[in-house]
Amino acid sequence: MKNILITLIIILIPVKSFGLIEVDITRGNLNPLPVAVSPLSIDEKSRQNFENILKKKNIGSEISLIVENNLRISGLFNPLNKDAFLQEPDIANLKPRFEDWNLIKAQALITGKVTYVEDKLRVEFRLWDVLAGKEMMALAFTTVPNNWRRVGHIITDKVYERLTGEKGYFDTRIIYVAEEGPKTQRVKKLAIMDQDGANNKFLTLGNELVLTPRFNPTSQMVTYLSYFRNLPRVYLLDIETGTQEVVGDFPGMTFAPRFSPDGKKIIMSFAKDGNSEIYTMDLENRIVEKITNHPSIDTSPSYSPDGKFISFNSDRSGYQQIYVMKSDGSNVKRISFGKGIYGTPVWSPRGDLIAFTKLHKGKFYIGVMRTDGSGERLLTENFYQEAPSWSPNGRVLIFYRETKTDSKGKGFSAKLWSIDLTGYNERQVPTPTDGSDPSWSSLLSN
Amino acid sequence: MKLSKILKNGFLIIVACLALSACATSKKTTGQMQGDVYTGTDTVEYLASGVPDRVFFATNESVLTTASRETLRKQAAWLRKNSKITIVLEGHADERGTREYNLALGERRANATKDYLMTYGISSDRISVLSYGKERPVDSGSNPLAWSKNRRSVTVKAN
Repeated sequence: MKNILITLIIILIPVKSFGLIEVDITRGNLNPLPVAVSPLSIDEKSRQNFENILKKKNIGSEISLIVENNLRISGLFNPLNKDAFLQEPDIANLKPRFEDWNLIKAQALITGKVTYVEDKLRVEFRLWDVLAGKEMMALAFTTVPNNWRRVGHIITDKVYERLTGEKGYFDTRIIYVAEEGPKTQRVKKLAIMDQDGANNKFLTLGNELVLTPRFNPTSQMVTYLSYFRNLPRVYLLDIETGTQEVVGDFPGMTFAPRFSPDGKKIIMSFAKDGNSEIYTMDLENRIVEKITNHPSIDTSPSYSPDGKFISFNSDRSGYQQIYVMKSDGSNVKRISFGKGIYGTPVWSPRGDLIAFTKLHKGKFYIGVMRTDGSGERLLTENFYQEAPSWSPNGRVLIFYRETKTDSKGKGFSAKLWSIDLTGYNERQVPTPTDGSDPSWSSLLSN
Repeated sequence: MKLSKILKNGFLIIVACLALSACATSKKTTGQMQGDVYTGTDTVEYLASGVPDRVFFATNESVLTTASRETLRKQAAWLRKNSKITIVLEGHADERGTREYNLALGERRANATKDYLMTYGISSDRISVLSYGKERPVDSGSNPLAWSKNRRSVTVKAN
């Protein structure tokens, strides 16, 4: 997996940033920016080499399709139909004829070139402002050919960052629970895939029930709940080596695990004698600390990105509500006061918001509020949905949704969905089977 | 065997009817539910003749109803007579709650039944508790009756 690291080698030309196109991502974007993604040009010899290695006829076109698809699902960009492109990819990459691109209403243009260099894939790409007739960015990098999909994601991240001013979220993965079988006897497996649904892999066989996998924000470790030997316990899984271990030595169910922002601790619930409390375990020295102390259910803990606070779910008021406390368990404050019950608080990576699930009058909502509970905003309403997880840039939430069954109990499904923080751009995330409990990774390359 | 089951079901239905009529003024009843606690027997299995295996709960609650306590007293009597048997109490929730909270709620329900069995002389050494949250419904319906059947604690023989 070390070879997955892609080195950014050359920044071809430094570019000044004023006066050029920008995309505002703070509002729902009803007019996505028209962008032309020219297929990456490729010389015939390189094309043949990559066809032999990757079994793809034209890897330049394939990579540009990934960029195009990413831009489309972001909701902020409208990739134009390639049939209308007048300029050949290789020439466009040298010097676009801006009048031609202007004619098809493109405001931004992405061009590039792929070459085969000593068994490696070398890509360069450029972003152009069509109206201003200027180059906005040019980058080149080299990697192993098998990383070609990631190349497409990294190009998208760079373009997104250049045009919106914020980090992208395309070179990321989703870990989730793949589900199959009847509702009364679901078979569940851990699964991992690229953010766009490609490269799906199952990490467990489905012999035991598994739930709520979460990424370590600093490494390729995952924590999750497994019913191995009918003992529901929090586990730690290294997805590079496949090694697993139980977290701690608790005489009862541990559940609802998450990592601390520095990746060094796991925070989770431990249930005993009908009472669930929140604990942490330091992964280096194995020291366990009890954080809450209350006879109610305390669960779904989530750290603030600076590690100083913890949001969690408690029914100490009689019903599930969201609370915030200092990371040592002091200063517990309830923050949810709207109508209904609230669960699954998750702190935004930007630190300013908490995403949650809300149940009110028989409907489930995914929403966000400020960390003091003010400014509650509901993004989406449905029969059943829960468990939001933030994209690493804090702009998109992924969650899962279950359907209502018919009068015969048939028609159940569980699917992953995503929605922008603005409440726009709601879309189903493709998975080969049903899915639930998604968790978004950090950016793989930085 | 069949006849005894029919008779037994008949008896339980009569008991249920009595309970319903007694409470009819204070709580809404719909067929197999009292309030939103399930009172039917179709999902019930029997640990032994006359010893039903499960108790049902109201939404978000882990309080044992009168009927639940009666069921658990029968279980306790049977367990006292069969002192070698150990049990697992499997706590469940309906699908109308978040997964993690439901895991905690299932554990709380199973423990409520454990506590009651212990007050009737069953040693905690013989009882283990396992919460499934909302992961193992018995009824796949998305309606109040199905949910009431799924809010349960089931006593399962472990040996």
